[in-house]
Amino acid sequence: MSGVSLTEQVVREPIPERPTGVGVPGTPGLIDASAFSFWYGKKQALYEITMGIQARSITAFIGPSGCGKSTFLRSINRLNELIPGTRHEGKIFLDDADIYARGTDVVALRQRTGMVFQRWNCFPKSIYENVAFGPRINGETDRAKLDEVVEGALRRAALWDEVKDRLRESAIGLSGGQQQRLCIARALANDPEVLLMDEPCSALDPIATQRIEELLVELKRELTIVIVTHNMQQAARVSDRTAFFFMGRLIEIGNTAELFTSPREAQTEAYITGRFG
Amino acid sequence: MSPLQTVPAGSLNAHDARDARETRPSARQRNAAARTARTLRRRRVVNAIMVSLLALSAVIAVIPLVLIVYHLGRSGLSSLNVAFFTQDPKSVGEVGGGMANAILGTLMVVGVGAAIGMPIGIGAGLYVAERRATKLATVVRFLADVLNGLPSIVMGIFAWEFLVRPLGHFSAWAGAVALAAMLVPMVTRTTEEMVRLVPQSLREAALALGYSRSRTALTVVLRTATAGIVTGALVAIARIAGETAPLLFTALGNQFRSTSLNKPIAALPLQIFQYAVSPYEDWHRQAWAGALVLIALVLTISLVARAATQSRVDAGSE
Repeated sequence: MSGVSLTEQVVREPIPERPTGVGVPGTPGLIDASAFSFWYGKKQALYEITMGIQARSITAFIGPSGCGKSTFLRSINRLNELIPGTRHEGKIFLDDADIYARGTDVVALRQRTGMVFQRWNCFPKSIYENVAFGPRINGETDRAKLDEVVEGALRRAALWDEVKDRLRESAIGLSGGQQQRLCIARALANDPEVLLMDEPCSALDPIATQRIEELLVELKRELTIVIVTHNMQQAARVSDRTAFFFMGRLIEIGNTAELFTSPREAQTEAYITGRFG
Repeated sequence: MSPLQTVPAGSLNAHDARDARETRPSARQRNAAARTARTLRRRRVVNAIMVSLLALSAVIAVIPLVLIVYHLGRSGLSSLNVAFFTQDPKSVGEVGGGMANAILGTLMVVGVGAAIGMPIGIGAGLYVAERRATKLATVVRFLADVLNGLPSIVMGIFAWEFLVRPLGHFSAWAGAVALAAMLVPMVTRTTEEMVRLVPQSLREAALALGYSRSRTALTVVLRTATAGIVTGALVAIARIAGETAPLLFTALGNQFRSTSLNKPIAALPLQIFQYAVSPYEDWHRQAWAGALVLIALVLTISLVARAATQSRVDAGSE
């Protein structure tokens, strides 16, 4: 196990009982949700989601708009809390830490769970400063090390060769696909264990999309990737496991090949064959 | 045992035993997490200090308002009575009477001023925002900023020069025009800001349906920005309602009730000024009460502005 406490507090209590991943019984994941429900004000967005997300793999969330997949994704790094009037029940574990436990530091949590958004959101700063943004605030002060981290992150995001001669130029001048890969590099520079991606390719052309998909397959060797997508071909292409959400409920989760070829639930079948949604 | 603390060997679950190397955070990930953890304590302290400083600034920012309201309440509340709202001033030396004429006058002058100034200001703001690249827009934007910074008494001089002098007498009209002249640049700028916030995609949607630029601006753009514009306009009206200087040699003031726009008219700020510098105890008392009424009036307008924004926002999100 990692030797670093998420909360920095040594609380002598037994390791909370972890739920097992739905679909593959007995397989614990790096991320585990246990009867997790979520409300925006009075409106319930998630109903008792229980699932395990395996480490070092790609899990795709699919489902029609408003089905709760993004809400669940944003619950994993607690970004939903920024919206006033939200509340939750149930638990989500990252590794063995209950991320909603009292005393959990969201800053530490978010360092470990990087996020890439639907619409690239590079800061209006130089390419270098964008990538260095995370490590800098998280305690990396050494110039040479920072250079190293930036280069490493850009390489892992398959962007280094395209930008190495213009690191000091503004990130806003890059193309859409490049900006999205810069956002991935920015997330990777923090060395997260989890990468949360909210429809990262929906605003990109097929070639840029393909590059990012190749990148994801490359990246899953070192981290756990959760990707929300509206594109079922994409889910089928890149993911190891797929979870189907519908109206705030997790209908089915399983190995991608199985889920797409022989779904257990009628609703899943209807959705993936295009009969609704 | 804390989450993420080292787990005793015996408690390793099957998953860890089977697949331990692959699923554990890499050395680099552990280092990054450790580095973050080291900085957390300091960052929490800095965060707490900064948040407290900001909260302190917020408190200090409202202290003047709290003091004013407190002072006005203490000195003005005791002088407020029904007569204050229903009666006109008594002649000098007589105790009693009220400021009904000034309240009416303020409502009239501000109402007419707003009726003149708001359409011009909103129209100008819409033009400046929608045709932002034209020379006229650049010039108007610059001049509106200059006008916004102009001392309000200059607006009074403007109205005096163009209305009072040619016509040969002071009038409510002149006061209203002076206030409108103050209102126009304020409304122009807030309208522009609000219209600029309207997403370009919305304009394109209307234009793609065959709407002309002006029709798009008046229906789609203006409609979308309405809540913000109304708020901005009401805040501007609240500001001019308290102005004294532009009315000094336009509306002039009046000890009697007048409902004619062509004659000098009383206004709360003028009456407060006149009473406050007078030597009479009873007038001082009434000046306090007048100030209290004026601040209540401004507060009401602000509350209406908030309510208007709120209801529109709610309606918009449905």
